[in-house]
Parts: sequence; C-alpha cells; structure tokens
Amino acid sequence: MGVIKTFYSKEIIKHFREPRNMGKMKNPSGYGKVGNLICGDVIWLYIKVEKDKKTGKSKIIDSKFQTLGCVVAIAVSSMITTLAKGKTLGEALKITKDDILKMTGKLPGIKVHCSILADDALHEAIYDYLLKNKLPIPKELQERHEKIQKHLKIIEERYKEYIDLEKKILEK
Amino acid sequence: MRKKKIYFDYAATTPVDPRVLKAMLPYFSKKFGNTMSLHSFGQEAKEALEESREIVANLIKAKPEEIIFTSSATESNNLALKGIGLDNRNRGKHIIISPIEHPCIIESAKWLESQGFEITRLKVDKYGQVSPKDVEKTIREDTILVSIIHASNEIGTIQPIKEIGEIIKRKSEILNLKTKIYFHTDAAQSFGKIPIDVNKMNIDLLTASSHKMYGPKGTALLFVKEGTKITPLLHGGGHEAGLRSSTVNVAGIVGFAEACKICQKEIHSVKSARGGISSKTKLFNGVKKESQRLTELRDKLIKGVLEKIKGSHLNGHPQKRLSNNANFWFEFVEGESIVIQLDLLGIAASTGSACSSEKLEPSHVLLAIGLRPQEAHGSLRLSLGRWTTQKDVDYVLKVLPEVVEKLRKISPFRNHGGNKNILFKRNNKAF
Repeated sequence: MGVIKTFYSKEIIKHFREPRNMGKMKNPSGYGKVGNLICGDVIWLYIKVEKDKKTGKSKIIDSKFQTLGCVVAIAVSSMITTLAKGKTLGEALKITKDDILKMTGKLPGIKVHCSILADDALHEAIYDYLLKNKLPIPKELQERHEKIQKHLKIIEERYKEYIDLEKKILEK
Repeated sequence: MRKKKIYFDYAATTPVDPRVLKAMLPYFSKKFGNTMSLHSFGQEAKEALEESREIVANLIKAKPEEIIFTSSATESNNLALKGIGLDNRNRGKHIIISPIEHPCIIESAKWLESQGFEITRLKVDKYGQVSPKDVEKTIREDTILVSIIHASNEIGTIQPIKEIGEIIKRKSEILNLKTKIYFHTDAAQSFGKIPIDVNKMNIDLLTASSHKMYGPKGTALLFVKEGTKITPLLHGGGHEAGLRSSTVNVAGIVGFAEACKICQKEIHSVKSARGGISSKTKLFNGVKKESQRLTELRDKLIKGVLEKIKGSHLNGHPQKRLSNNANFWFEFVEGESIVIQLDLLGIAASTGSACSSEKLEPSHVLLAIGLRPQEAHGSLRLSLGRWTTQKDVDYVLKVLPEVVEKLRKISPFRNHGGNKNILFKRNNKAF
C-alpha cells in the first residue's frame, strides 16, 4: 500500500514532477527549437558554452529548457540538459537517444520519439552555436540538422495555416 | 502524494455498486447453471436471465424479447452495423454515421466500406450536435441504416435523437421502401442517465453497457426492435434468439439488471422483477434525481474552472450535455501532462490529447467540433458519478489551476499566455 501505480517509470515521474534546468536562458551561446504545437510537443533548449582554460576545449557550462508537451517530453528535456551540462561539445554530440532511454527506464514504444526530440534539441543548439561562431560543423551534425529541418518542412506543409500563426509569435 | 484518491473518470468506467455485487455473487457458485440445460440448475439460471431481461427492457420501454445480451458495447455496435449491413445489402448499401462516434462504430463502418458499402459521415456543429435536417438531406433510397451516438463519451453533447428518429421514420414512409431505414443509437453513455423510450424516439437498435452505470464489465446489450432484419455475427447454439450464440454470462447480466433497478430506485423499488414496473410508476424519476445532483456539481465545476483558469474553454454543449460530463481545453498546456500531474495529486481524469492515444493523433471528436490540433492536445475530461461529492469538486477546483499554472511555467509560451494569445485567437468562430 501507499505506492501509487503510475503509467511511467519512477525516473520519468521524478523529472516530470520536478524538472531540472527549467526556464529561459539569458544570452545563450546557442539554442535549438524543435517540435511544434500541432504535434503537441515543443522543446526550446539553450546552452551556454565557454572555453575550458586548462584543455582549451569548448564546454557546455549551463543548459536550460522550456517545453510544452507531454510527460515524456518534459522529463527528457530535464534529463538531457542534466546530461549535457559539463560536457565538451564533442562529448555532448555523442549523446544519443539510447543514453536518454537509459535514464528514462522503460518507455512505451510510441513515446520513444519524444526522447529523440530532446536529443534533436541539443544537437540543434550546438549547431546554432557553431554556426554563430563560424566554427566548423561536423558532417554528421550538418546532416542531422538538415534532417530535422526537412521533417519540420513536411509538418509545415501539412498544417500551413496553423504554422503561419505560430511563426508570427515565434518571431516576436 | 495525496493518500485519498478521487475518481473523475466515470465516463471511462464505473465501480460496481455494492448492491449489484451482492446480487451477482450467488450466480458464480450456487446458481452456476447453464441457461441451456434442462435440469433445475439450468432452469434457475434461465429464470434469472429472463427476469433480468425484463428489468433491463423496462428501462427503455422495450419488450424483453427485443433485448440481446452481449459482452460489450463494442460487440453490440459491431452487431448493429455489420448485422444490419449484411442482412440488408440487397436493398441498399448506404449507411450514415456521425463524425463523433465511438471508435467501434467508426471502425465497423470502415470495414463495411471495404466490403463495398458506402458510408456518409455527417458534420456536427461546434457543440458536437448533428442537425436532423442534415440527416434528412443525406438519406437516399439505398440508405439502410443511420447510426448516431446518443450522448458523446468525450464531450458529453446529447443529440436530438427523437427528432432524428422522426425524420428517418418519415423519410422511410415517403420513399416507400421494402424494408425500413433502420435507426441505431449508441447509448453507452446515456443509458441509465437520460430517460429513453425506444418507441417514442423511433429507435430500432440501441446499444447500452453495464459497466458505465455501476454494473460489471463484460456485459452489455443491443436492443433490436421486433421485425428487424439482422444477421448474427456469432454462430453456434442459438442463444439470444439466434442473434448471439455464446454461453450466457448470467452473473454479469444479473448485475446489469440490478444496476438498472438502482437507477430507478429513488422513488420506487422494483420488488418483483416479474411483471416489471407498474404502469403508474414514473419510470425515470430515480434517474432524474441523481442527474439533478450531478448537473449541479458539474455546473459548479465548469463555472469554477472557467473562472479560475485563464485561457480555458469548455468543449461540448453548455446545456445539452450529460449530467456527469465536463470537458475543457487549456491554452499552452498538454493534456497528458495535466492528467499525470492530477494523478500524482490523487485525481483520476482523462484527455483527448494525441500523446495519450496509441495513434498519436488528437481526439477525432475534438477535431470534428472544430478544435485545431494544438487545442485538442490541451484537452481534459472530468466525468462525475454516484460517489462524487461537493468536496471532490472543491478539491479539483483548488488543484487544477495550480497544475495548469505549473505546466505553463515550463512551457516556452507562458509569456504570451492568457486570452491575448494570437495563436489561439479566432476571428470568425466564437469559441
């Protein structure tokens, strides 16, 4: 007795109830905005990057997120920002959906795409940072960026009328 | 975490009323006979079955022999659509349904479509109501069946069933068809809550389910009007007038009947099932009394939510709705997140968000009433029942605004929240 059965794993519920790194970041080094309202999940992920004085490598010293979405979308946003913090850009790019799935525990099959969405957001944030600072962009990251954007286009065409409205607000 | 759990999902299923359980118990062990057996064990079961049939029939003013017991509303709806379709396809292959039916109707219709039938899906207005005039316009010479849900399981909107029934009957007569145009209604949500008279409402087939009205799961019925041309889906020993072969679930059916009795009990206790309820008795007063209590609670809940939460909207008809249904959508919050937050706080509710469905698509009902996907994602259904109290409603009104506020804080759009948001602004529709 006393234990409330929930649909999701303990870990998911923990991060969902008390998300870490939640909120907007002022002057981020880079940000990624993925998902859309039509599909129900939107993740905005921010990173702050600084050069490590000892190693000279670029490091994510802070990461924050804002998410509108389901339980898993919120939980994995919290998880991936936790994972990204303290990592060099190279290390952060190596984070995969499997790393997130390790943290989430068992996920219903149809929810796996939410974890990919969070991973996409981090990659987009790093891409944004590299682009802004005119740094070389790894081939794989370039490809992934294009894939995410392509997917976004498909959705945009399907729901053009809605997206136009959405854009107005995002550009503000 | 809150220890006490509050159930606000009576539209999904209801607990078995203790009185129902008590009535059922003997039929698991002592009175376990097979209704088809000639010996006393069988006859005892048979008697219980026929008594139950009478009680249940009474609730919708049907004849006992017009009640076919099934295992679920899904089965009843499958039998109604496919059974009528297959038996009447020589006369016509046109079937009319609403866009806000339960998936078992939608999928049965889809299957019939694949078998060469033609399905017309009507439109509904912003409250989810079908217009009887639309039904009239859509009926053709080869129309064999119209199936409209009595009350929506999601948004609670009640259809003008009587008017639709009249129109179908009139059209049938005008067209002078060999067999009539059958009218089926899925009353899974309304049975036991709204008075139904199959004769006055010109209903030929009606689906009802026990577990939505404090009876056990695994028992439901299809009312089939005398003389209806219908083909069975289950063939075998010829149970249920040949329309539904299967060993009879006597305990379940006894429970179903007891649940029906309780719905009427407030003014009149059904002492003897034999002979049913005397004609002098006002049949539905019991139903009405509980329904009035729930209507008051429901309206307090709706008023409270709309007042306390900015950017909240009611789905479905403000008055013509089930006494126990409240359905909202909230700007910039996702429904599944609300449901799980509420669950953690001890409140059980439901949503039509895509994230909560297997198909990852928002509710077809919410889309049919004109909600955009992003609006449907933010939906929440709270359904009340026999054990819902004023205190429960107060607790929801305390907790829900906090939950929505918390989720909006996580959302990137919170700064734009509230009514000013252009994302949710409509120019021509008053929602």
